[in-house]
Amino acid sequence: MTNVAGAPGADKAEPTVGGERRFAETLHFARRNPKLLIGLGIVLGFFLLGLIGPLFVDHDPNEYVGPQSQPPNGEFWLGTTSFGQDIWAQFVYGVRSTFLIGFFGGGVAFLVGTAVGFVAGYKGGWVDDVLNMLTNVVLVLPAMVVLIVAIAYLDARGVLIQGIFIGLTTWPWAARAVRSQTLSLATRDYVDLARLSGRRTWRIITSELAPNMSSYLVMTSILLFGGAVLTAAGLDFIGLGPTNGVSLGLMLENAVQWSALQLGLWWWFIPPGLGITVIVSSLYILNVGLDEVFNPKLREL
Amino acid sequence: MWRYIGRKSVIYMLTFVIAVTINWMIPRFMPGDPVRSMLSRASVSDPAALERMNNYYNEIFGLDTPLYEQYLSFWAGLFRGDLGVSIMLYPKPVTDVIMGAIPYTLALLLPAILLSWIVGNRFGAFAARSKILDNSILPVGYILTATPYMWLALLLAWSVGIVAGLLPASGGYSFSLRPDFSWVFISDLILHWILPFLSMFLVALGGWAIGMRNMIIYELEADYSNYLQALGAPRRLIRRYAFRNAMLPQITGLAVQLGTIIAGSLLTEIVFNYPGLGSLILDSINNNDFFLLQGIFLFVVVGVLIANFIIDIVYVLIDPRTRVQMTGGAA
Repeated sequence: MTNVAGAPGADKAEPTVGGERRFAETLHFARRNPKLLIGLGIVLGFFLLGLIGPLFVDHDPNEYVGPQSQPPNGEFWLGTTSFGQDIWAQFVYGVRSTFLIGFFGGGVAFLVGTAVGFVAGYKGGWVDDVLNMLTNVVLVLPAMVVLIVAIAYLDARGVLIQGIFIGLTTWPWAARAVRSQTLSLATRDYVDLARLSGRRTWRIITSELAPNMSSYLVMTSILLFGGAVLTAAGLDFIGLGPTNGVSLGLMLENAVQWSALQLGLWWWFIPPGLGITVIVSSLYILNVGLDEVFNPKLREL
Repeated sequence: MWRYIGRKSVIYMLTFVIAVTINWMIPRFMPGDPVRSMLSRASVSDPAALERMNNYYNEIFGLDTPLYEQYLSFWAGLFRGDLGVSIMLYPKPVTDVIMGAIPYTLALLLPAILLSWIVGNRFGAFAARSKILDNSILPVGYILTATPYMWLALLLAWSVGIVAGLLPASGGYSFSLRPDFSWVFISDLILHWILPFLSMFLVALGGWAIGMRNMIIYELEADYSNYLQALGAPRRLIRRYAFRNAMLPQITGLAVQLGTIIAGSLLTEIVFNYPGLGSLILDSINNNDFFLLQGIFLFVVVGVLIANFIIDIVYVLIDPRTRVQMTGGAA
């Protein structure tokens, strides 16, 4: 989770005694928060599965390797499709592409959203007016439907393109949240001091504003990650997924298209959906845990 | 209050203009030639026919005229209610095709949105700060919001519809029936409606319950709650105040979540083969019917804008601060 670790990392650039104590305290509560531990454990488990799993699959996941429509058994752990494709192979590759799209889509949305939010909140004035207007407009546009129309025109589609498109349409709520946080921080004395000492805007944003809302940024990035995964799954399901690729959403699409429901091939459509649900809900629960760790008011006494 | 609504209207107008512009731009500025890709996928082999179709599409897109003229004529067509002719269902105009699908989508969307919002808020408010409920409802809520709409739809269609055979899992009504106002048809319609509705309702429910639960916890931490508690006010009273305050962000949340829920309804319709906009989108993508696809896009955007406007008005009416301004603060 590179972009998650990146935000609090900025904190450690100038270690102070207070900062270290706060970090130790955070760690203390983090180690005792079951929501955080369970969520993180499951997410990491799936991450490793997506990272390592495909290495043990010695054939292309879309290749017809086995007998057709087999229920789960010793050789094909999750059974086979009605074409004889190995569902376990598709699943591990699908988990990998789920994390990829989460990093790309969530990452782009995070970059755009925080940049817009910081600049709008810190600069104020007409810059804020324009950016705020832009945010509201994109917020009202239904992202999925824009994506459907835009992606439908692309001939060749890949995870990267999909991620960029998802990122460019799903950032507004993050921008709003970051902007309102920035507004409350921008009038603090230490920010004024930094401004008086002639620091550049982006330096103030990265060294004064961002570290003081790092917990908030971490949680925002997690939610954007989860949102990107769900959006991508929806697009894949409509048939706008990566061309010739493998993803959990595409597995669902294929299962429906080749009537796995009517044929009773439950092992074809249950694992991919379950995978998405478990990954995203673990992310959300991890987020609640983080919220409780960072926000003393929410801790259970 | 009028200032607030005026500001919002400006944003909505702007959004509409931008949506139309996006709609106009996408086929023209996406990499590749839309006309050629449409034709190549339609796989026409006869060169004379290909030439004719090429001319026809070039004319419809107006690709020979300068850009600003194309843009203006696009708007002019829009105001005449002309969104082009569907390729898939030639020669039906796109507007007619969409109008036929909209009742089904609305019949799913409106009850699912409103009921999930109401029930979710109740659940969430109820669960907040009661240990056992919180620990059971919270994870369930998170799992529900994390569930892809189409997957829950698939599970319900398979378990209730196919394995148990309790409810129909495909279509908007039985193939043997023709749409009319008879009792048989309407009861059939309702039977086909239950599963898609239920699956959307459940996914949306989780998010509202969680949002409300979190809001209530924040409200219960607020000074006024502590003050009331110190005064010895009954728990129910404090909760009621907290609930009313927590409602406002939830109404804003309704506007923010609208896009997600609509996307969910489109996916759910596809699973259940429900004859609404979602199935239409799938068909138009599979048939490269870009006019239809873009028409649907515009309709959805307009629907979202209208819904946002209604939510804004409700918000203004409910929020006591703006209500006081309306009556001149005399109350």
